[in-house]
Amino acid sequence: MIQINQLSKKYKGAEDFSVKNLDLKVEDGEIYGLLGPNGAGKTTLISMLTSLLKPTSGSFTINGLNFKEHKNQLKQLIGIVPQEYALYPTLTAFENLQYFGSMYGIKGEILKKSICEHLEIMGLSKFANKKTATFSGGMKRRINLIAGILHQPKVLFLDEPTVGVDVQSKNVIIDHLKLLNKKGTTIVYTSHHLNEAEFFCTHVAIIDNGEIIVKGIPSELIKKQKSANNLEDVFLAKTGKALRDYA
Amino acid sequence: MHKLWASTYKEILLLIRDLGGIAILFIMPLLLLVVITLVQDSTFKTISDIKIPVLLVDNDKGEVSKNIIENLSESNSFEILQETSEEDAKNAVFSGKYQLAIVIPKNLSASLQKKVDQNVEGILSKFGLDEDTLAVAKEVIPKKEVRLYFDPATQVSFKSSVKNGIDKMISKIETQSIYKAFQTELDEEGAEPIFDTENFIAFKEILPTKNNEEIIPNSAQHNVPAWTLFAIFFIIVPLSINLVKEKNQGTFVRLRTQPVNYATVLGGKTIVYLGVCLIQFTLMLLVGIYLFPAMGLPGIDVSGKLPLLYMVALFSGLAAIGLGLLLGTIAKTQEQAAPFGSTLVVILAALGGVWVPVFVMPKFMQLISKISPMNWGLEAFYDVFLRNVGFVKILPEISLLLLFFLSTTIIAIIFNQRKNAV
Repeated sequence: MIQINQLSKKYKGAEDFSVKNLDLKVEDGEIYGLLGPNGAGKTTLISMLTSLLKPTSGSFTINGLNFKEHKNQLKQLIGIVPQEYALYPTLTAFENLQYFGSMYGIKGEILKKSICEHLEIMGLSKFANKKTATFSGGMKRRINLIAGILHQPKVLFLDEPTVGVDVQSKNVIIDHLKLLNKKGTTIVYTSHHLNEAEFFCTHVAIIDNGEIIVKGIPSELIKKQKSANNLEDVFLAKTGKALRDYA
Repeated sequence: MHKLWASTYKEILLLIRDLGGIAILFIMPLLLLVVITLVQDSTFKTISDIKIPVLLVDNDKGEVSKNIIENLSESNSFEILQETSEEDAKNAVFSGKYQLAIVIPKNLSASLQKKVDQNVEGILSKFGLDEDTLAVAKEVIPKKEVRLYFDPATQVSFKSSVKNGIDKMISKIETQSIYKAFQTELDEEGAEPIFDTENFIAFKEILPTKNNEEIIPNSAQHNVPAWTLFAIFFIIVPLSINLVKEKNQGTFVRLRTQPVNYATVLGGKTIVYLGVCLIQFTLMLLVGIYLFPAMGLPGIDVSGKLPLLYMVALFSGLAAIGLGLLLGTIAKTQEQAAPFGSTLVVILAALGGVWVPVFVMPKFMQLISKISPMNWGLEAFYDVFLRNVGFVKILPEISLLLLFFLSTTIIAIIFNQRKNAV
């Protein structure tokens, strides 16, 4: 379970908070979608939850543990799939996964077997020994995902895992994530694909200007929103149609 | 341990996949060593094959100018080219066509002879040996000057050595003239020389010995340690770029979320880049031992010194790696890391005495040079290569190099921890 209490983040030199006094509870086994326009604070929130950013105030626990006291325990417990590919382009897919798997302490045949299984599921077995620099965006996204789940994390954080990929790659990724969730992994993910989130997530929270505007089960949110047929209608109704460019 | 090995293996793979980078890492330092040794070789030779062309304007045409020309020719350092006009010689030198022009003034021989005769007669008259001169009034003989024109681009050290050489030559000619005048005055027959004009005081350079044989330093023995050290420290550039790349391509972000500490990540890099340093060192030794003699350059003698030489290379490599890790940790972009790293190496080399010996530096710079790790490395290399010392003598220098590595690496780890504290 993830318990977030009054979590805030204000970047140095920024006028406003990127995340403002945010409270959220994610139960075990949920697939929780953090949705919001550009600059809403989704990536900042995930970065704090994965120890990449220091919160300005507030606290959170994952399975009752916090980073200050249980850093390595928590890092072993969680997996992260960052928005960037985060791969060594001159290493092969297998070498990349072998390295990142080793950093979780997995070794030998267990690691090898795990890599091969994931590559098989993701349809990348025949590219195992190719350098990732030659991969398409969709292939890199799939390798990026495998690198974050090799150690079978209890909680998986994904920052826009399907951005810029083709429909086929997206389906493979979503199917694999569903399978992981069935095996007991709690998933927290951010996305701009509201249609994907509507059918994939058990719960969603729409964030804007660092605050949660609305949260709940997608179908219930659609029901509650007047004249909304899908999650996108809810999203636009709650966040407005104004462009959200920021620099 | 498993994570350290995995990090090391990953670094090896990253390195061997970049063939261009490997070529630069290994070939460029070798090229640097060969070029520098070829350039500097002549300055270490006692008898040079190269003769510097010198313009000489002889307005004297007498005994003294003949002596000067003979002495210059015998030195084997100069090729004398006679010029008739001082103005033409000056223009040729000032335009950079020649390095040096020597102008011997008119009537130098006659004036010198007159002056010497005057002095000798004066001395002899004091002893009552030459009564004829007592009543004669002394003629005033104007001083003469040999003029030297140097190309403005000529280095100060070359100018000094030429000036000293000519000064010494003229003093010798003057002394010989005085002796000759005494000889003429005292022994009219001139059958037997009274004065021995050979130098009475000589000097001998005593060199360190090994197995009762003197070790004569040559250009290779000076250059191999100095430029090897320079090459070893250049590891700072690719290493810091490697770290910056990790940050920019996102792999470091992933590593930060994994249960691995920064020291392990740096440990993998340290092991691999230390290996690179030692391979570089081996290649440079091989060049010094085998390639230099084949190119007509003096070779280096490493017999009995290899363990100590490798020890110095190892600790120098560690010091360089520590600096690279620190720079790579602090720098945000490759544009920051690469120029800063290479400039820093050049500064450390200059301070360390790679180009100019520390003892000729101003006092303040000599003090500063003491804090350059390249100075510690170079002194340790010279200790082993040229001073023929044992392990105990190099212990202070390699200890400093090790401390430098430890302190820079610890600073890098602390900096990273503070920057990424959660």
